[in-house]
Amino acid sequence: MADAAHNDTAILELNQLQKSFGALKATDDVTLDVRPGEIHALIGPNGAGKSTLIHQIAGSLMPDAGSIQFLGEEMRSMSVAQRARKGLGRTFQVSSVAPEFSALRNVMLSVQGMQGSSFRFFKPVMRDRSLIDQAHGRLREVGLEDRANVIAAELSHGERRQLEMAMALALQPKLLLLDEPMAGMGPEGSKQLTGYLDTLRHQVPILLVEHDMEAVFSLADRITVLVYGRVIATGSVADIRANRDVREAYLGEED
Amino acid sequence: MKRETIINWVLGLGLLAFPFAALYLDEPFYVTLATRVAILALAGVGLNIALGLGGMVSFGHAAFFGIGGYVAGILSQHAFNDEPLFTWPLLISGTSDMPVIWLVAIVICALVAVFIGLITLRTSGVYFIMITLAFAQMIYYFAISWPSYGGEDGLSIYVRNGFPGLNTLDPLQFFLICCAALMVCLLLSARLRDSRFGAALQVARQNDVRLAATGIAPLNIRLVAFIISAAMTGLAGALFADLNRFVSPSMLSWQVSGEIMIFVILGGVGRLFGPLAGAALFIVLEFYLGGVTEHWQFFLGLILLGVVLFVRGGLLGVLAGRRDHG
Ligand SMILES: Nc1ncnc2c1ncn2[C@@H]1O[C@H](COP(=O)(O)OP(=O)(O)OP(=O)(O)O)[C@@H](O)[C@H]1O
Ligand SMILES: [Mg+2]
Repeated sequence: MADAAHNDTAILELNQLQKSFGALKATDDVTLDVRPGEIHALIGPNGAGKSTLIHQIAGSLMPDAGSIQFLGEEMRSMSVAQRARKGLGRTFQVSSVAPEFSALRNVMLSVQGMQGSSFRFFKPVMRDRSLIDQAHGRLREVGLEDRANVIAAELSHGERRQLEMAMALALQPKLLLLDEPMAGMGPEGSKQLTGYLDTLRHQVPILLVEHDMEAVFSLADRITVLVYGRVIATGSVADIRANRDVREAYLGEED
Repeated sequence: MKRETIINWVLGLGLLAFPFAALYLDEPFYVTLATRVAILALAGVGLNIALGLGGMVSFGHAAFFGIGGYVAGILSQHAFNDEPLFTWPLLISGTSDMPVIWLVAIVICALVAVFIGLITLRTSGVYFIMITLAFAQMIYYFAISWPSYGGEDGLSIYVRNGFPGLNTLDPLQFFLICCAALMVCLLLSARLRDSRFGAALQVARQNDVRLAATGIAPLNIRLVAFIISAAMTGLAGALFADLNRFVSPSMLSWQVSGEIMIFVILGGVGRLFGPLAGAALFIVLEFYLGGVTEHWQFFLGLILLGVVLFVRGGLLGVLAGRRDHG
């Protein structure tokens, strides 16, 4: 699969990205790309710099050096909001929603963000079918429709993850950044989400950070392994399974 | 009807009926008291947009209240003395026309809010509180040291400014003007809260990282809200100057910023009619406790402490229960 996608132009290209926190190199010369139709998994031990990389792509952290090209455009000087409007959808390692709003209103906000129309002061959103209908559709897609009117703070952990996914999809993103979506989902929830992401790849390419190796090996078209901020290997699932450095540095602890 | 809606109606109609009852009982002074409540509530309604919806704890709203007041004072002084404000590059004369004064107050407060907002909104938490306070203090000291308009002594408005078709010197008619301004701003606030902008603004308070991730820049949303908030408080200031026929630097003082914040907190942060409930309670306390003891503010402090510690939703929280976002 990976090779078939090779000729397409990449959706996202990171080039020699660098980021240090003091003496700590959290991102050390990282180059990688995400191509249309693929799930590119980013794995590595705790503290390897996976979330730091996601933050730099999303715009909440500034890299010290290197370039981030999204759809052929340099993104380094864009704000988080600008990047989201360009089509960068994301979920957070620790889920991040508007806690006082219902699930529905959370997704409605995303639809509003996608439409780029937040400076409207008079029309009540709860009478705005263009927002409500789309938001319901997204909630249905992730299987959260019967919880639409529940306040986000009262959703379960797993439901909040589903909500984040609905919010990301409502942006009609051209790339999804998912930071450990399986964390804390339980085996049943992980399996469901794995099946769901498998169908999603045809809609939107995904950069997936995940510790659940079973999910990664079944989903990923390509895998990049990050250790101490450095890419130590990139390749297909088979390549990575066979790679000795990876087994030593990372998978070794597991089998 | 929801309980909060009923309470809002009671508060609104109560305010409206109060001066009529006062006149019926031949207590004209209470008309002025009700006018004070309406104007201070309006200042609070303005702050509530920034503080209640947007989570911006501005400790500098006296700046806008005072600027509104000075606009009324300065324009009417120039009209009274029949001397223009500027002759160059174009001739601008004073006016004693309330609608014009309000418009000027709103525009100037909005401009000042752009300036203050662009600087302060990059900060948050305690820094935001302190920098808004600092700006207000700067304007306060500027007013004190500017001799052309009375400096420390302030500026009198010899004849209350006029409103086309009404007699503003009649306390009841002036009250009705203030009450109408309050109701219009409440209506605007309600629409704003429920709109797309309001949704974004409330998420800017709840989780601005999430807001940015949906493609909406929190700073722009906050800035526009801060401007609207400032304009409403500025309008209240212009009315307040006309009520007292006097404006002085004390309108710009940090105590006033604190009082406006107290109206909002007493009434219930983010509750539409909270500032009205808060301002009414404040004036009642000031009036009755103030009659009993000079130290009424001590008791006000106790009540405020009680509200903050024990009833997070303020008066409206007690009366109408939890806020609901649908
Ligand atoms: N803002 C920051 N300031 C200083 N150090 C940081 C900061 N953010 C992350 N780090 C450090 O950078 C390194 C990489 O952190 P990061 O969160 O990216 O790891 P991760 O791969 O996502 O780990 P995990 O699997 O636990 O989520 C860690 O050592 C972390 O302590
Ligand atoms: Mg992480």
